[in-house]
Amino acid sequence: MNLDSLLERSQELASDAERVTEAKLRKVSLPGGRSLGLITLDNGEDHTKPNTFGFGSLLALNTAIDEALADDSIDAVGITGKPFILAAGADLTSIQSGGPDAVRTIAELGHAVFRKLGEPGGKPSFGFINGLALGGGLEVALHCTYRTVMDSAPALGLPEVMLGLVPGWGGAYLVPHLLGADKAVTLLVENPLNNGKTLTGLQAFDFGLADAVFSGADFLEQSLLWAAAVLAGEVVVHRAEVERGDVWDAAIARGESIVAAKTGGASPAAARAVELIAAARDADRNAGFAAEDDALEAMSKTPELIASLYSFDLVQKRAKRPAGAPDRSLARPVTKVGIVGAGLMASQLALLFVRRLKVPVVLTDLDQERADTGVAYVHAELDKLLAKGRSSQDKTNRLKALVTGGTTSGDQPEHPFDGADFVIEAVFEEMSVKKDVFTAVEKVVSSECVLATNTSSLSITEMAADLEHPERVVGFHFFNPVAVMPLLEIVKGERTDDATLATAFGTGKGLGKTTILVKDSPSFIVNRLLGRFMGEVAKIADEGTPVPVVDSAFAGIAPMPPYVLLSLVGPAIALHNNETLYRAFPDRFYVSESLKRVVEARKTSFYAADGAIDPEVEALLVKPASPVVKTAAEVREQTLSALADEARRMLDEGVVAAPEDLDLAMITGAGFSFWNGGLTMLLDTSGISERVTGKRFH
Amino acid sequence: MPRQLREVVFVDGVRTPFGKAKGQYAETRADDLVIKCIRELMRRNPSLPPERVDEVAIAATTQIGDQGLTIGRTAALLAGLPQSVPGFAIDRMCAGAMTAVTTTAAGIAFGAYDVVIAGGVEHMGRHPMGEGVDPNPRIISEKIVDPEALSMGNTAENLHDRYPTITKQRADAYAVRSQAKTVAAYEAGKIQPNLVPVATRSAEAGWGLATTDEPVRAGTTMETLAGLKTPFRSHGRVTAGNAAGINDGATAALLADEETARELGLPIRMRLVSYAFTGVEPEVMGAGPIPATEKALAKAGLSIEDIDAFEINEAFAVQVLSLLEHYGIADDDARVNPYGGAIAMGHPLASSGVRLMTQLATAFEERPEARYGLTTMCVGIGMGGTVIWENPNWNGNTTEETA
Repeated sequence: MNLDSLLERSQELASDAERVTEAKLRKVSLPGGRSLGLITLDNGEDHTKPNTFGFGSLLALNTAIDEALADDSIDAVGITGKPFILAAGADLTSIQSGGPDAVRTIAELGHAVFRKLGEPGGKPSFGFINGLALGGGLEVALHCTYRTVMDSAPALGLPEVMLGLVPGWGGAYLVPHLLGADKAVTLLVENPLNNGKTLTGLQAFDFGLADAVFSGADFLEQSLLWAAAVLAGEVVVHRAEVERGDVWDAAIARGESIVAAKTGGASPAAARAVELIAAARDADRNAGFAAEDDALEAMSKTPELIASLYSFDLVQKRAKRPAGAPDRSLARPVTKVGIVGAGLMASQLALLFVRRLKVPVVLTDLDQERADTGVAYVHAELDKLLAKGRSSQDKTNRLKALVTGGTTSGDQPEHPFDGADFVIEAVFEEMSVKKDVFTAVEKVVSSECVLATNTSSLSITEMAADLEHPERVVGFHFFNPVAVMPLLEIVKGERTDDATLATAFGTGKGLGKTTILVKDSPSFIVNRLLGRFMGEVAKIADEGTPVPVVDSAFAGIAPMPPYVLLSLVGPAIALHNNETLYRAFPDRFYVSESLKRVVEARKTSFYAADGAIDPEVEALLVKPASPVVKTAAEVREQTLSALADEARRMLDEGVVAAPEDLDLAMITGAGFSFWNGGLTMLLDTSGISERVTGKRFH
Repeated sequence: MPRQLREVVFVDGVRTPFGKAKGQYAETRADDLVIKCIRELMRRNPSLPPERVDEVAIAATTQIGDQGLTIGRTAALLAGLPQSVPGFAIDRMCAGAMTAVTTTAAGIAFGAYDVVIAGGVEHMGRHPMGEGVDPNPRIISEKIVDPEALSMGNTAENLHDRYPTITKQRADAYAVRSQAKTVAAYEAGKIQPNLVPVATRSAEAGWGLATTDEPVRAGTTMETLAGLKTPFRSHGRVTAGNAAGINDGATAALLADEETARELGLPIRMRLVSYAFTGVEPEVMGAGPIPATEKALAKAGLSIEDIDAFEINEAFAVQVLSLLEHYGIADDDARVNPYGGAIAMGHPLASSGVRLMTQLATAFEERPEARYGLTTMCVGIGMGGTVIWENPNWNGNTTEETA
C-alpha cells in the first residue's frame, strides 16, 4: 500500500480503546550549537504500564518524525521513552480487534514510520534506549543511525517468536545487517525459545545492540552529549564488519538446529524467523521489510499465534490470580514451618521454604541423626549458593541459622514443631503412614496450624478424616526438582476450610510458585494427564510399535520424548503413578508389563549412553505374538485422543475450574508447549476434541 | 602526637543550570540535581580514584522528601560512588553549601579527610522556604526573634531602613547591572564551563535538556524594574526585580588537602585562607556579611584592601550594597560579581555558596593579579558567612600595579 492509503486505512483501524503512546517532539539545543529533535514516547501511565505501539501510537510517531524531519532548524532526530521504558512492542490487543487486514496494515505502517528514522541520506537519528525495549520497542531504536543504552535497562530483546510471531518491524532485516546472522539467530530465535530470555542494557551493549552505554544516574544527559559529539565528528562510531560468507550459512544451520531441537518444527514462527535471517543477506531494505510484512501476515493466521497469546495470558494473568482461591485476606501468617521427614524431598522443601519465606524451618525424623543429615544437606546447598556468588555471607548465615533438625519422639520438654503454623509432610507415600504422622503432629501444634501433604496421589479427604481438625489439611503438590519447577497444585479436601486454603495459596505465592486449585481426585492434574499419556504410549509400545517410533511422535508438544521423560522421572515412580491411576480408573489407564519388568530389573533408563535403546531393556520388553506397528502420526493421534477424553472427564468431574487451569498446569508442570497453548488448545485446533468428545474445550 | 596543619584547596566546582520554581525542573527530583553534579565532578577529574573521596557533605534547607534521607549519603550512593564513601546532610539555610565547604575543609586541615565533595541543593519549587516548619511559640511570646525575621523580604526592607542612602533606585540599578553582566558572561562563555546539563522530564512536553539558567532576564532596564510591586511593604523598596527569585538547582565542589591534590594530579584552583560565620539581629539578616567579613579578615590578618575579587550572594541588591557601602566600595566596582549574580542566575538557597566559589575560581584564573578573594553571603535567621581564598595563579603583582 502506498503511504497515504496506508495512513488512511490505519486511521480507520485505530481504536478508541487503544492506550495511545504519544510521541512528544521537543527541540533540544545541544552543546556545540546543533539542535536535536527529541521524541519522547509516553502513554501517560507509570512504568507498570509500558508504552506500546498500536495504530494510534504509530500515527502519532509518524507525525512527530515528519515534523522533526521537515524542520530545517533540526539537525538530527532522537527517540527515547518515559522514565524506565522505551516501549514494550506492539499493542496486541488493539491489533487483534482490528479485523482481517489489521495485521498486514500495522506491519506495513510500522515499517513505513520506523524506517523514516534510518533512510540513507536522511537526517542522522539516535535511539536512546532508556529502559525496557522489547519487540517493536527495540526495533524503533534499531532503525536509528546510532544507539545508546542505559546500563541498568532491565530487558531488551525480540521475543516475538515466543508468542508465535516474528520481529516484523525491521528486526529480522536490521539485526543481521547490524550484527551478523549468528547474533540475529541468538536474539530472534535462541533467546525467545529459551523461556523468552532478554538482555540487560549492559549485556545489550556488549552484544552490539548499542554504540554507547551510560549509567542510569545521568543516562539521557550523557546520551545527548554523546550525540552532540558524534554530530560534531568528535566521536566516531566503529562497528565490526558483518561477515556474509560461510559464517552466514553456518548461523542459519545453527538456527535451524535450535528450531528443530526446541520446537520439532511445531512452531512456524521460529522457522520463519530463521528464514527471514537467511533471506536478509541478499535483500535490500525494501525487500527485507516486505518479507517481514509477509511473514507477520502469515503468522497472524496460524493457530500457534492464537495459542501463544492464550498461553501468554495464562502465565501472565491467570497464574497470578488462581481461579477459585479464597480471598487472600483470609490467609494466616506463616512464621514457622515444620517438615515431617528429613530425606531428600523433605530437605529440598526445607531449602525452598527457608530461602523464600526466611522463617524458621524444622526438619524432623525418627532419630536425630537422620534429621541432622537433612539439615546438613540444606546447609551444603546454601554454601553452594554462597560459593556461586548468589548469596552473601550474612544472608547465608541467616538462612543456615533458621534451619534446624529434631525428632518427633513423644517425651520432649519442647517439641520441635512448637509455634509452627505450617507443617508439611514428605514421608513415605502410604496412607496409613501419613495418617499416623498427622495424628501425631496434631497433638503438638495449634488447632489452626496448616497440615499440608506433598502426596502426589493419595486422597486429602481420607488423610484428614480421623483428625480432630480435618479442616486444616490441604494438598501441596510440588514437582521435581522443587526449586526449579514453577507449578504447585493446591488440593482442597472435602473439609478443607477457606482460611487453610487461603494460607496455602499465600504460602505458595511466597514460595514463588504458580498455584492452581485442584479438587481432591486421583493424581490431581499433571500426573493424571501424564499418566494417561504415558499409559497410552506404553500400550502402543507393548502392542508392537518400536519405542523410537513412539518417541518421535510428540515433537513440539511435550518437552521431551515420552521414554526420555520416563527415564528422567524414574521408571519406578512412573509405574507407581500408573498403578495408582489404574486402581482408580481401570478401564482407561494402563499398567505396562514392559515397564514392570524394567522396574523389577532396576533399570533407571530405557536409553543407553549412546542414545540407542539399552539392549538389556530391549530384551525385557514385551514381544506380542502379532505386533501392531503404528506410524508416528497414528501414535500421536491415538495418544492425543486419549488426552482429550481424559481432559474432558476432568472438567466434567470438576477437578479444576476451567480448561485454562489444565493448560496452565501442563505448561508450568509438564513443560507442554507454549505455542500449542498447553494441551486443550492443541486438541481443539487439531480437531481431536470434537472427534473424541463431540465438542471443543474453547 | 605532633599535628601539622594542612592547606585546603578548591579543586573544582560545578553546578546545574538554575531553574525557576515550577519551571524547567518542575518534574525533576532535587536529589537527582545534586547527583548530576557529583558525577560531573568525578568525570572531570578522572585521576581521582572514587574510593579516595572521604566525605560527601550535601546541604539542603528543607530536608524532607527528595531532599531528605541523609541526602549526602544517599546522593553519594545514587551517584555511583563506592559504598565505602560516607556522606551527611547539612543545613545553614542559604549558607548550606558554604558550610558544607567550611566544615569539611576544617576536617581536611585537621587531617581527618584528604578529599571531600561538598555541595548543596534546593528545589524551592518542591520545597518552598518554610515548608513544614513549626516555630517555637517562645519566639513570639518572649520576643526572642522579631516575627518579621522569618520573612526574608521583610528583613531586606529593614536593611534599607538601616542604610537610608541605599534607595530603591540604587537597588534597581544594581539589579540591572547584574542581569547585564550575566548575559555578557554567557556570551563570553564564562558560565557554561561550570554547568552540568540536566535532562528535564516533562510529562506534557517530553524530555528536554537544561543547559542555561532559566531565571536570567536579558534586556532588563530601570524602566522594567520601576513598575514592579513591592510586596513586603507598600511603597517599599524590595521587588522581585532587585532580589533573587524562587529557584531550583544544585552545586558541588571538590576540596582536597593540597599535598593530596598534587599527588593525585588534581588542579589547585583556590587555596582556603580563612572563614567565619557570625550572627546578627535576625530581622536584618542581610547585614550578616559585614561582621562575618570583619571576622574572616581578622583571622587571616588581612584588611579589605587586600581583597581583589568579590563574589557576594545577591539574595537582595540591598544586602550587596550595604556591604559595599560599609567598606566604601563603589556599587559598580568591577571586582565585585564580574559575571553577575543571584539576581540574574537565581539563588536555590542551600546550593549558592559553592556557586560563588566556583565563579571566584574562574575570576582567579582570569585575573592572576588578584591575590585574595572572598565569597560571602547573608543567611536566614540573622547570620553572615565569609570565606577568604588565595589565588594560586597570583603573579606577584597587585591590582594597583597592573592597573
